[in-house]
Amino acid sequence: MAENLNATSTPAPALIRFKDVHKRFGPQVVLNGVTMAFTEGQTTVVLGPSGTGKSVLLKHIVGLLQPDVGGVFYRDTRIDHLNDRGMEPIRKKIGFLFQLSALFDSMTVGDNVAFPLREHSKLSKTDIRDRVAERLAMVGMENSEKKMPGELSGGQRKRVALARAIALNPELVLYDEPTTGLDPIRSDVINELILKLHEELKVSAIVVTHDMTSAFKVGDRLVMLMGGSIIADGTADELRSHSDPRVQRFIAGRADEEDLRALHRI
Amino acid sequence: MASIETITGKLGARQGYIARLGAWAIEANLALGDMGVFFLSTLYWIFRWPGRRAISETFAQMYEMGTKSIPVVMIGGGFIGAVLAVETLPQFQEIGLASRVGSIIVISVVKQVGPILTAVMLAGRLGGAMTAELGTMRVTEQIDALRVMGADPVRTLVVPRVLACVIMTPILTLYSDAIGILGGWLVAVRVEGVRNYPFWHYAAQSTDLFTVNVGLIKAFFFGVVISTVACYKGFRCGNGAQGVGKACTEAFVTGFCLILLSNFILALGLNNLYNALYPNQPSVL
Repeated sequence: MAENLNATSTPAPALIRFKDVHKRFGPQVVLNGVTMAFTEGQTTVVLGPSGTGKSVLLKHIVGLLQPDVGGVFYRDTRIDHLNDRGMEPIRKKIGFLFQLSALFDSMTVGDNVAFPLREHSKLSKTDIRDRVAERLAMVGMENSEKKMPGELSGGQRKRVALARAIALNPELVLYDEPTTGLDPIRSDVINELILKLHEELKVSAIVVTHDMTSAFKVGDRLVMLMGGSIIADGTADELRSHSDPRVQRFIAGRADEEDLRALHRI
Repeated sequence: MASIETITGKLGARQGYIARLGAWAIEANLALGDMGVFFLSTLYWIFRWPGRRAISETFAQMYEMGTKSIPVVMIGGGFIGAVLAVETLPQFQEIGLASRVGSIIVISVVKQVGPILTAVMLAGRLGGAMTAELGTMRVTEQIDALRVMGADPVRTLVVPRVLACVIMTPILTLYSDAIGILGGWLVAVRVEGVRNYPFWHYAAQSTDLFTVNVGLIKAFFFGVVISTVACYKGFRCGNGAQGVGKACTEAFVTGFCLILLSNFILALGLNNLYNALYPNQPSVL
């Protein structure tokens, strides 16, 4: 059962709420009765081993997936029953940084960042150009409007994708494995960017990762998901001193005995 | 005498086959329904006006699909026309009707070979490219990114491709027809010595506007089939490079089968229409 270490702190308004969410793909149970709230103004990090449903959790927030049982709420609005058109006003308030960046290959960097602005805002061409330049400068990619995504490195692609995610001034930014596939220095650049955006734009954030360095650096609150359920929820210090051995093993990056036995049987 | 175990074993195996057949039928039905919903969603966006950017993307796709396909369609059409002349001329010469070879080339090319050949070439060239492009976009989460940014992927990606393919397939079919007839003429008149005037005279006599329209109507439907199947397979492709490759193969095979099936249905329907419009004319569809 989840050990909610924040239970005694002053309740802050919940931006996103999961209420007893279950999700399975075929025989595989991915989310098994997840109930939790993501607080406004905080950066919450969702931790857990690969394949435990962290990205699935994020995709429920933007309506890319719907729960089999349970409900997902944006403030007080239930959003898991909404179709694409119903989700549109909610999606405009959310920026999403995809694991593979998901930049449109056929468009330039500038067009990629301008895409949500052209789709949803009534800004003039000049204003869009200025906003694109400003967002690119914010992520340290100034003067790269004319480049194609194929010309960029993995870290640069993430930064451009982040510029696109924040183009519409979202209330909430979702980061799906923002440092995966990057070297430690590039990862740290992304971590600094997450902190900078949180500071400058005052956005709430949910970061899904299994990179502990990143989690401890950017997270106000850390939630650990394992086997489709939350097994720990608290601040970085609270997680470090958590009593569950699974949490300690994950933080230390240590395989459990069953995994090691299976390895020796091979 | 067979033991109880053998009988139950056989029954079990049969039940296994029946269960698998049932599962396949359910899956096939679901896929068909899913493709139907996908097609209806495309139609919805076409008639609801997909927006200026989708229209400008349509023109880009028309250039990509149409203009760049002209060489392959012309080469295919030209050689088929030439082969038709090579194969049919000796038979016509044997019965002393070599001068009428133009009619059989024109009828074959305009009604059947032109639309079908063009459609198959486009299913290979455009269908494969569309499925691979959209499949890669799906695998790399670009389609999810569109949805998250509130842009309907069908409106943004599918509508321009379907519109471009539906417009360009009949135009490319006309190209293929013209070059096919020219290929036949080249072999019959220039190589085999059939006289020029009777070639064109009988060719024109055997063709009317309805005949040409039959080919174009077929081409229109083939364009719908090629683009819808290719986009659908791209949108629903499996993960990784293997998933994209499998989707491309499925897109071509499904597209090819549906082209042949729709050709048969259209031939029947248009034949009836011809009989209704020209009751005293023999049907040649």
